[in-house]
Amino acid sequence: MLQIKNLSVNVGDKEVLHDISLSIGEGETHVLLGPNGSGKTTLLMTIMGFSNYVITKGQILFKGEDVTKMHAHERAQRGIGMMFQRPPTISGLKLGKMLTAISRTKEENIPELAKTVHMDRFLERDINKGFSGGEIKRSEVLQLMLQNPDFVMLDEPESGVDLENISLIGTTIGGLLEKDKHIVNRKKSGLVITHTGYILDYIDADKGHVMCDGQIRCHGNPREILKEIKQRGYKECLECRNP
Amino acid sequence: MPEPVTIPELSNEDKERLAQVGMDLTKKNRCGTFLQMDQDIVQAECGETGIEVLSYKQAIEKYDWLKDYAWKNISKEKDDITRYVAAQNDPKGYVIIAHKGSSNVMPIQACLYLGKDKIQHVHNIIIAEEGAELHIISGCASGSHAGKGGAHYGISEFYIKKNAKISFTMIHNWSEDIEVYPRSASVVEENGVFLSNYVCMQPVKKIQMYPTATLVGANSVARFSSIVVSTPGSTMDLGSRAILEAPGASAELVTRAITKGGTIISRGHINGKVAGTRGHLECKGLILKDGVIYAIPEIEGSVVGTELSHEAAVGKLAKDEIEYLMSRGLDEDEATATIIRGFLDVKISGLPDALQKQIDASIDVAEKSGF
Repeated sequence: MLQIKNLSVNVGDKEVLHDISLSIGEGETHVLLGPNGSGKTTLLMTIMGFSNYVITKGQILFKGEDVTKMHAHERAQRGIGMMFQRPPTISGLKLGKMLTAISRTKEENIPELAKTVHMDRFLERDINKGFSGGEIKRSEVLQLMLQNPDFVMLDEPESGVDLENISLIGTTIGGLLEKDKHIVNRKKSGLVITHTGYILDYIDADKGHVMCDGQIRCHGNPREILKEIKQRGYKECLECRNP
Repeated sequence: MPEPVTIPELSNEDKERLAQVGMDLTKKNRCGTFLQMDQDIVQAECGETGIEVLSYKQAIEKYDWLKDYAWKNISKEKDDITRYVAAQNDPKGYVIIAHKGSSNVMPIQACLYLGKDKIQHVHNIIIAEEGAELHIISGCASGSHAGKGGAHYGISEFYIKKNAKISFTMIHNWSEDIEVYPRSASVVEENGVFLSNYVCMQPVKKIQMYPTATLVGANSVARFSSIVVSTPGSTMDLGSRAILEAPGASAELVTRAITKGGTIISRGHINGKVAGTRGHLECKGLILKDGVIYAIPEIEGSVVGTELSHEAAVGKLAKDEIEYLMSRGLDEDEATATIIRGFLDVKISGLPDALQKQIDASIDVAEKSGF
């Protein structure tokens, strides 16, 4: 589904990601762990195609197609989607209007869909304006439900969310990733940034990666990596300390 | 009573221009019509009980008491524009009177159309008597063939009596060679509500106006909303003023201004003269192409117990907002248009659906042409 080859990325004059390689197969969900500022969000924003993140080296292949030089909307139209940790507030733009724009000609019943994530009362509100942490996540997940991407990136889906909302958001994300389907029939893939690991209860991740200082340093079973990090912290990660 | 007259034949292009300013030529969704083309009064009629739409001349002849309203709210000597209109022997324009307790569900349409004349002048008086509710859409347009320059001088005096309400939605569709000088003032009595909405999304050479609402009655309300786009060569000097003279009076002045290369001067002034008054002034400007947005918000309080605030912001479209929408599959132009559309989306509480839809339709036309 997604192949990243030797990717280096600059933000401004500074190289933030160094020689990243990553491969995520169809139906797989990977988890990205790492300390704050290690480059996790930068990687997701780069895959999505945000212009502040300048690829200086390497390639991004999506479904076998080179999307490295494509704009964000071209990537989105090919099936890449992202749940943002801190999406912008857009004054005047109502959530309902945004959803209509996303759905385009699809025959979606937006109010009914919004009800499933308890966002029906927010359709006439400016997008993200005064939304709580949980409301932002529910708004993001609602947009993704309409977008229905084949590859879903989730930037800390549980941050700022209470336990009740985690369950709702986690279950909905599980649906986006077709976790309700048998592994053989699963087509959707995902890449998830998490610090707490709460989301892992809902998405049954296949692989974990640890990112430090703009590099992916180790790979493995996501729950085992998380357990290790919880016990010893990132400082204790040998490969992190001695790359 | 005026003889009913049919709207004369217009070119399809001019009919479209009138439709864009809210003129419903079928009159299906309007309860009354006033149409002045250059200096000719083509139609003045209203089918709603208790509401009259008259030409200025007819009204003055019919109601002697109107002299107590004419030029009482605006001084004849205010400026060259008022002096010019006051000096006319044959005054034009309209008088709309909503008699005590009357109300209209369908709005009245008042259309001022500038075709071949050098100057079109009008003097309008709008009165909502006690407990009346009056909704008016005023569409002003020039003919597509104009091309020779011209000017529109418009005096409008509004009187909103106790417990009455007027909503006045003005949509302009002039052209690059037309200058427009409205002079407008309103007096709002106890519990009265005055909603004034202005939309101009099309080119104009120059427009200058600074309507004033004086809130003389307790708990009276004035809300001014302006949505304007300035194209290259257009100078739009716009403002609104509210003077709060009674306890409980409140005012809200909201402007959304976009320049695509023209100049916008967005003025606003709220004067809280007595305790227990509130006012808020908001101007947001977007610079899409190099032009000028000059926001001058003024709030003036002279007593303890008046609460006034303002916010003004001028800037460009935020790249992160555009890319956020692009990450949902919208291309850059679609994302930009969606954000601008949101920026201009000022919902006016208390405005009938038909009028809100007309405002939205005006923005739709601009959106289709790429703002």
